[in-house]
Amino acid sequence: MATLQLSNITKRFGDTEVIKGIDLEVNDREFVVFVGPSGCGKSTLMRMIAGLESASEGDIVIDGQRMNDVGPADRGLAMVFQSYALYPHMTVEGNMGFSMRLAGVPKEERRAKVLEAAKILQLEPLLDRKPKALSGGQRQRVAIGRAIVRNPSIFLFDEPLSNLDAALRVQMRIELARLHEELDATMIYVTHDQIEAMTMADKIVVLHDGVVEQVGSPMALYHHPRNRFVAGFIGSPKMNFFAVEQLAVSSDGVVVRLPGGRSCTVPVDGQQLADAEELELGIRPEHLLLDENGPLSGQIKVLERLGGQTSLYVQMDELLITIMADGDVAYRVNDTVRFGFSPERAHLFDAQGIALESLTQHPLAGLTRHDNRAPGQAAVHGAVSPGEQV
Amino acid sequence: MTTQRTSSAPPAVRSLPVKQLLLTLVGWSIALIIFFPILWMVLTGFKTETAAIADPSFIFSPTLESYQAVQARSGYARFAMNSVVVAFGSTFLALLIAIPSAYAMAFLPTKRTKGTLLWMLSTKMLPPVGVLVPIYLIFRDVGLLDTRTGLIIIYTLMNLPIVVWMLYTFFKDMPKDILEAGRMDGASTFQEVFFLLLPLTLPGIASTGLLSVILSWNEAFWSLNLTSSKAAPLTAYIASFSSPEGLFWAKLSAASTMAIAPILILGWMTQKQMVRGLTFGAVK
Repeated sequence: MATLQLSNITKRFGDTEVIKGIDLEVNDREFVVFVGPSGCGKSTLMRMIAGLESASEGDIVIDGQRMNDVGPADRGLAMVFQSYALYPHMTVEGNMGFSMRLAGVPKEERRAKVLEAAKILQLEPLLDRKPKALSGGQRQRVAIGRAIVRNPSIFLFDEPLSNLDAALRVQMRIELARLHEELDATMIYVTHDQIEAMTMADKIVVLHDGVVEQVGSPMALYHHPRNRFVAGFIGSPKMNFFAVEQLAVSSDGVVVRLPGGRSCTVPVDGQQLADAEELELGIRPEHLLLDENGPLSGQIKVLERLGGQTSLYVQMDELLITIMADGDVAYRVNDTVRFGFSPERAHLFDAQGIALESLTQHPLAGLTRHDNRAPGQAAVHGAVSPGEQV
Repeated sequence: MTTQRTSSAPPAVRSLPVKQLLLTLVGWSIALIIFFPILWMVLTGFKTETAAIADPSFIFSPTLESYQAVQARSGYARFAMNSVVVAFGSTFLALLIAIPSAYAMAFLPTKRTKGTLLWMLSTKMLPPVGVLVPIYLIFRDVGLLDTRTGLIIIYTLMNLPIVVWMLYTFFKDMPKDILEAGRMDGASTFQEVFFLLLPLTLPGIASTGLLSVILSWNEAFWSLNLTSSKAAPLTAYIASFSSPEGLFWAKLSAASTMAIAPILILGWMTQKQMVRGLTFGAVK
């Protein structure tokens, strides 16, 4: 059992408040990802959980015990640092066994535990090497091994993959997900990369300017972002936004006038809207469809062919709209295209940037990474076939 | 392929041999001018007293006469022993005090840390003679005059600012993550310093220690004023050859050569280490 509760956690450096009263619950064996742009306070929050930074206000409770005044080593946590923070003068075995050496564990026992962790991470042939003789990925695994050896109730990862190259990052991502299954541990992971968040998390915590913008499963955040910030941050390429005019509110949704004059009904709850309130419509690039009769149009400024898909950057009035189209579209730069979208894929944001609630819940919104498996199946990254899930 | 390699390879220096030659000449000349007094001293040590005060000449018949005379007059070994004990003792003590201080300043800085560092360095700007009388009186009253302990204390105080300052810069360059990882692994502050900080900053600590040894070894003002016979180090030994009876240049030179030889050899052997330590952080 390992749970974590944060209540009203606040951190001030002098007069600047970097964490502004965060409440959060992390359940046993959950993989929670803190995600946000740099400077949002996610690393500070993790360092406070670790005990490397003190909280100015609020309570940190681990397994029902208040930990604010307990030292980092006694909280039952282990942390993997962005820089790996390996001890350069010790061998891999020395690095992994350091905590036990400090605790006075006999040498044989230490070795046995290190070997056990090394086996999980395929580090056995490297035990006698110094960190400088290892590759980036190997160093990363040693850092994880050092954490495993401590047998913590909660693992903390502070941007562990950001120093790796793209290919290795994907590989380590899979390995971390596998490790989460194998160790059955609670993990908290900090990243600025929303792809890491989407692929690994059971629960994503989106942070911005020291406050939690939204907490939810990856699919919930993708399909039902609570506000404009989350909508823009989750999903790649970024969601398109443009201003629309509010025409009418009915039980079917909100009728808006799109740029170009045509109207459409977005199925969201608009009962709270003020008359003629300024609205913004958000639509993801992958939900925009090229359509000769579509309501929107613009001129292609840049065209990026990725093979399977093509990104079109389309100038629409003042805005540059991104469209993810099929890989084989025949358009060229400077062509004019017409495009549209199905209204249930659109998001409407009020003048404060708060999303209007969708009238229908997306069928996958409650899905967590664990649900991606059929019962008894251990694979982590099997393809989701929607038919089974819904 | 070959043409390509040669076209990209030649460094700028090769293309200007004249300039290179000139620079080398200037460099060597400056080095020689700086080194000349020491060379002359070494040569004079091998002359007779008469040859030493005669017209300067490189041509003479070398003799060990002065060295024998110097040895006969007073035991070099005793002074050398004092120098060793005082230089290494004060360095050890300075490091013992400076490591925790530099740790605190580097890893737990407050808004007054920078000011404290500058203040410490500013004490080096005060002429030592300004505090000679009070220190002399204190030493006399507590019985530290002409003791190795007294000299060790004075040298420690003298070198502390520079030792703390240097260690501070080395510690500042140490990645904080590593110490934090240690803390997560359960290291106490002492274990953190002993198992992680010290091994990882050893090159810096070594060069700081070397500098402190050299500064203590060469120090003359305090050793001349606070010691007379028992605790007198080599600097006092040299000075004892310029007596009211007149200057004995050959003997003085022989004594000086013997006094600086150990530290010169130490410095020469650790040259690489010193340069690396002193430019650590500056060139990265």
